[in-house]
Amino acid sequence: MSSSIETLVNREYQYGFVTDVDTDTIPPGLSEAVIRLISAKKQEPAWLLDWRLKAYRRWLTMKEPHWANVTYPPIDYQEQSYYSAPKSVTPLQSLDEVDPELLRTYEKLGIPLNEQKFLSGVAVDAIFDSVSVGTTMKAELAELGIIFCSLGEAVKEHPELVEKYLGSVVPHSDNFFAALNAAVFSDGSFVYVPKGVRCPMELSTYFRINAEGTGQFERTLIVADEGAYVSYLEGCTAPKRSTNQLHAAVVELVALKDATIKYSTVQNWYAGDKEGQGGIYNFVTKRGKCAGANSKISWTQVETGSAITWKYPSVILQGDNSTGEFYSVAVVNNRQQADTGTKMIHIGRNTKSNIVSKGISAGRGQNSYRGQVKVMPKAEGARNYTQCDSMLVGNECGAHTFPYIEVGNNSAQVEHEASTSKIGEDQIFYLKQRGLSAEQAVSMIVSGFCKEVFKELPMEFALEAQQLLGITLEGSVG
Amino acid sequence: MLDIKDLRATVGDKEILKGITLTVKPGEVHAVMGPNGSGKSTLAQVLAGHPAYEVTGGSVTYDAEDLLEMDAEVRAQKGVFLAFQYPVEIPGVSNAYFLRAAYNEIRKARGEEEIDPMSFADLMDEKMQLVEMEGDMLSRSVNTGFSGGEKKRNEILQMAVLEPRLAILDETDSGLDIDALRIVAHGVNSLRGPDRATIVVTHYQRLLNYIVPDYVHVLANGRIVRSGGKELALELEARGYDWLLEEAVA
Repeated sequence: MSSSIETLVNREYQYGFVTDVDTDTIPPGLSEAVIRLISAKKQEPAWLLDWRLKAYRRWLTMKEPHWANVTYPPIDYQEQSYYSAPKSVTPLQSLDEVDPELLRTYEKLGIPLNEQKFLSGVAVDAIFDSVSVGTTMKAELAELGIIFCSLGEAVKEHPELVEKYLGSVVPHSDNFFAALNAAVFSDGSFVYVPKGVRCPMELSTYFRINAEGTGQFERTLIVADEGAYVSYLEGCTAPKRSTNQLHAAVVELVALKDATIKYSTVQNWYAGDKEGQGGIYNFVTKRGKCAGANSKISWTQVETGSAITWKYPSVILQGDNSTGEFYSVAVVNNRQQADTGTKMIHIGRNTKSNIVSKGISAGRGQNSYRGQVKVMPKAEGARNYTQCDSMLVGNECGAHTFPYIEVGNNSAQVEHEASTSKIGEDQIFYLKQRGLSAEQAVSMIVSGFCKEVFKELPMEFALEAQQLLGITLEGSVG
Repeated sequence: MLDIKDLRATVGDKEILKGITLTVKPGEVHAVMGPNGSGKSTLAQVLAGHPAYEVTGGSVTYDAEDLLEMDAEVRAQKGVFLAFQYPVEIPGVSNAYFLRAAYNEIRKARGEEEIDPMSFADLMDEKMQLVEMEGDMLSRSVNTGFSGGEKKRNEILQMAVLEPRLAILDETDSGLDIDALRIVAHGVNSLRGPDRATIVVTHYQRLLNYIVPDYVHVLANGRIVRSGGKELALELEARGYDWLLEEAVA
């Protein structure tokens, strides 16, 4: 390929800085004592500590899964620290009391937290390592009965809701990483939208890993009561470090009768350097349950960061006529590896699921789509449509597809379409001949490829996602 | 405007252009004709900066600058436009978005402000009429699922919007029916002017009935073997290329 493209410079990961704050970090290692310490620091009720311990004991009997199409050296779980919090953060503080250093960090990340600079129409919960720094727009939301706070705060303020729904979609014993999360989870966001309420703004959580040698194990729980609607967004970044960091999060969504939850992710954890040194291991369990009839859960993800991604946002379609959607763009460049996809479990009658997966592989990246569509015997009239497209940039990357389809009802209709294409030198030359740079050309071709997914994102985030994609792929053509 | 001197180019190990010399002045239309494999398309691609070709000798001066030193997008920004023989499909990117991005890049390069979407829409209305294209063409993905004729008209639309100083048409007539040919020629002719020049690469004389050239050059085996006025094209139409090839060898 042309030398002009080869010489494109890789832009630096712009979120790779470290915030210098005093932290309360517990020493590396995992044991019952550590779990008791975490629980005590968070002043948790006994039932929650018991749940953590139950998960931990279960985890001890489990084995790290290795069926995914990714390779990495063994993880020493005793080398990680499981809790790190800036000392200046105290429980239930108001935003006025937040350490200016932390506010500056979020501002640098493009997420202003102080009242005057809020993004319009978006409420933000800012999670820094193991704790929530603050949540904006809380009062406005509270007027509608919407609860939006950190999970830690919800445990204190709304224990009945947390106890009812925590682990109801992803049980403590679900899988190795989910069990680990249940044992040691730190802050995530909690959302409850009451009956018949349509949340008037985007709710968003911004996750930031800062401390070194710590894992991040946030847990998010979103409940949409009957007829409620909520759109939620998460964004993630981390400093550049030469060592790998573990991120094992759990997200649970519950949609009751006639409720809709739209969950969007723009994941930009540090991906490691060109040679694959450092980066986040993103081992995440995300699952939603369409518990009531006519409910809908829609996942949209744009995965551009992380050294390794292991993630399958899924929907259990339990209510009759419920709908599950999964729209995904996953990009790997340099030495990144992604094994991502979804599971759609059709239980109720006339349940529908729609899967659109766009995988882009560049550099020496390896990208796998892994998706399961399961139609249970009673899911009369179930329908699934899956579209799975891969795009290759260069000659050293890989794209893989692993669809699993199980149909237990004769009336079900399941469709799967797949394609693989390659960004051609001719496409790039065509666009350059019209005055666009190689970077703009690649970005335009890839955006076109991902269009069906981007249109599912809220407007301002669609633009961000598009730019992010451009940055991730810079220097990849050659 | 364009001064090509002893230009040599290879693709892989194969020499395709074996010393081309050609001067194009503002306001002129040059036709480059020749049998298949003579190097016509290679000349067009090399002038546009396609990375698959390596220039091994000679020089190309464009407006007193070394064209060969410029990256393909810089050439485009400075007004060199290639109408592709095989326009490329870009799925998911609308024609309008693509054209506006290109238009703005070229304006930026000239130190002009970007155009806003509304003004651009007006501009497009005007240009679409020129090539007799329907409005839905703009919302469709670039060349994706276009017929052969639509693709060629889309090239001319782009040319009409970008208003190049030097337009190179690479076998734009191939695969066109007579109506499309007329439309394409009309688009090209309406862009003719004292400051612009056009190089029409074609295998057949047919297009030159509509786009009347000032000069005709016959390319054979990587060299220009004959240059003349527009009547040379008619002679080729009547006698074919063989007599010229024989002369060239002799």
